[in-house]
Amino acid sequence: MRILAWVIGSIAVILTGFMMLTAGWERPPIDAEQSGFRGTGMVDVSNPRVAPQRLQAQLDRVPVSAPLPPDTGGPTAGEIYQNVQLLGDLSIAEFNHLMQAMTDWVSPEEGCGYCHQLNNLADDSVYTKIVSRQMIAMTQAINADWDTHVGETGVTCYTCHRGENVPQYTWFNADPEIHTGSGMAGWRAGQNRASPQVGLTSLPEEPFSDLLEAGEQIRVTGRTVLPSRGVIGSSIQDTEKTYALMIHMSTALNVNCTYCHNSRDFGSWDHSPVQRVNAWHGIQMTQTLNVEHVTPVSSVLPPDRIGPTGEGQKINCETCHQGVNKPLGGLAMLENYPSLVGPSGRSTASLTDEDVAAFASAEVGEDVEEEVVEL
Amino acid sequence: MSMLSFERKYRVRGGTLIGGDLFDFWIGPFYVGFFGVTTIFFSILGTTLLIYGAALGPTWNIWQINIAPPDISYGLAMAPLKEGGLWQVVTICAIGAFVSWALREVEICRKLGIGYHVPIAFGAAIFAYVSLVVIRPVLMGAWGHGFPYGILSHLDWVSNVGYQYLHFHYNPAHMLAVTFFFTTTFALALHGGAVLSVLNPGEGKPIGTAEHINTFFRDTIGYSIGELGIHRLGLFLAIAAGFFSAVCIIISGPFWTRGWPEWWNWWLELPVWS
Repeated sequence: MRILAWVIGSIAVILTGFMMLTAGWERPPIDAEQSGFRGTGMVDVSNPRVAPQRLQAQLDRVPVSAPLPPDTGGPTAGEIYQNVQLLGDLSIAEFNHLMQAMTDWVSPEEGCGYCHQLNNLADDSVYTKIVSRQMIAMTQAINADWDTHVGETGVTCYTCHRGENVPQYTWFNADPEIHTGSGMAGWRAGQNRASPQVGLTSLPEEPFSDLLEAGEQIRVTGRTVLPSRGVIGSSIQDTEKTYALMIHMSTALNVNCTYCHNSRDFGSWDHSPVQRVNAWHGIQMTQTLNVEHVTPVSSVLPPDRIGPTGEGQKINCETCHQGVNKPLGGLAMLENYPSLVGPSGRSTASLTDEDVAAFASAEVGEDVEEEVVEL
Repeated sequence: MSMLSFERKYRVRGGTLIGGDLFDFWIGPFYVGFFGVTTIFFSILGTTLLIYGAALGPTWNIWQINIAPPDISYGLAMAPLKEGGLWQVVTICAIGAFVSWALREVEICRKLGIGYHVPIAFGAAIFAYVSLVVIRPVLMGAWGHGFPYGILSHLDWVSNVGYQYLHFHYNPAHMLAVTFFFTTTFALALHGGAVLSVLNPGEGKPIGTAEHINTFFRDTIGYSIGELGIHRLGLFLAIAAGFFSAVCIIISGPFWTRGWPEWWNWWLELPVWS
């Protein structure tokens, strides 16, 4: 008994030590920004020794942007080069300027060869070229049609890629069949596991399939004070899924709930800070982009880029934001790349059959061919 | 006015902390004392200012009256009376009244020759209040972080401040405080239920004693803390509840600016399994 008490006591002391020393406690002074009437608790709290440094570290890595070369009126890229599907109207100088920038943004180490067959740049046999064409279309669509979310700042490839082949923060659709054990006890319902995507909560760890892809709308706040007869409200599962997405948004932007909501009535637009409007458009945008641009490239991806449902990585808020409420602190990089603003309302080049066929005939590998056959 | 039997022991001179014999007298059954005077002063002034603040405001609806702290931009300076200054003066009055009352309890304890359990317990509640309106605002650098005085408005504040840290139920000290609050009420319910049971055994049966209660708990859970022990336990649980409430709000902001769920990463990174 005495020994047991000592053992339990020692474990408690050791755990307390870890808690005090390794939890990453912060200290005053802290920064606070008030967004509502005084005393309502509408305040955003942040650490002045962390948040600005995170942004500065990101800005320090931004590659130098060459100024846009003047259009000297020569032949366009489409006239000189073959198989230029999206950027054919650009002057040769502007086209190469953009290609160089994309290399800096996405494959600074691999260079042009990351997407191109170097002995035939027009060849579509490298899957990354198919993907990048789709991603250019996506960037053009964002800048043309989603100024409700990206404003005048817009986005470039660098907003997400940051010098990486694949953006650092993405997600896969969760395997719907996942069980951790046999029978009912092994069914986790996709939750209760501390997932970084939802801020280490026990909430559903992959709310994105429904809320950032399938087009499900968040309608979980009750409209009546009490449950009403004949009205079927939201389920606990829907509410927790929403909470999971909200935690993701908060951590992705390094903001708290009161950045967009007055918690006395989460659903009320009248009570909400204006940022919530922008966030709402962001959700709609992400849904659209995942459906129209990101998911379609799954068919050309190699197996190691494929998730448990057979589809590739997808985007969420963190893909662009990366812990900052305005990506890169609102740094406008679009100025030198006007071709990344697509014509508004254009139905963007989704993956065409020719793309897939060209890709399949290029004999990249059997695995990929199987993917295509399924298509 | 007749005296209750124990008042003879209570109504003795001396034991005052300040003021000597000056206020060492009773008005009817009420002991006055220096701190009784300061309690009356601060509570009347504070209440009057609250009523004044309500008169300045848009409503006399008791639920909606709101005396709010200053904007955060005022930092730790005084604000104009109608822009939060009123809240600052009321806060001073409230702390003055609460602390005076606690010190008056100390004086009465000294007259009775008993321990300071009651003022210490009340001190835990005062500490929780002072944490909310002084300690945390000072650590965060602005009086505007205090909670507003209003029945509904202070609830809005609680809600929003909780959501500043995404999910307040993951706050470890909040977990402890909630646990202690539930446990203290649970212990009180068990104790009260046991006392009422032995004292109301039913028509024609003899009333029970403390030994009956001891026997009941030894039979059911194998242990009885005893007649004195249950009161010590109750005091400990109640004070701990107030104390950890204070801790949970002091650490939210000054010592943690992110979501509370994220704090638990230390558990995930224990060298046992990481």
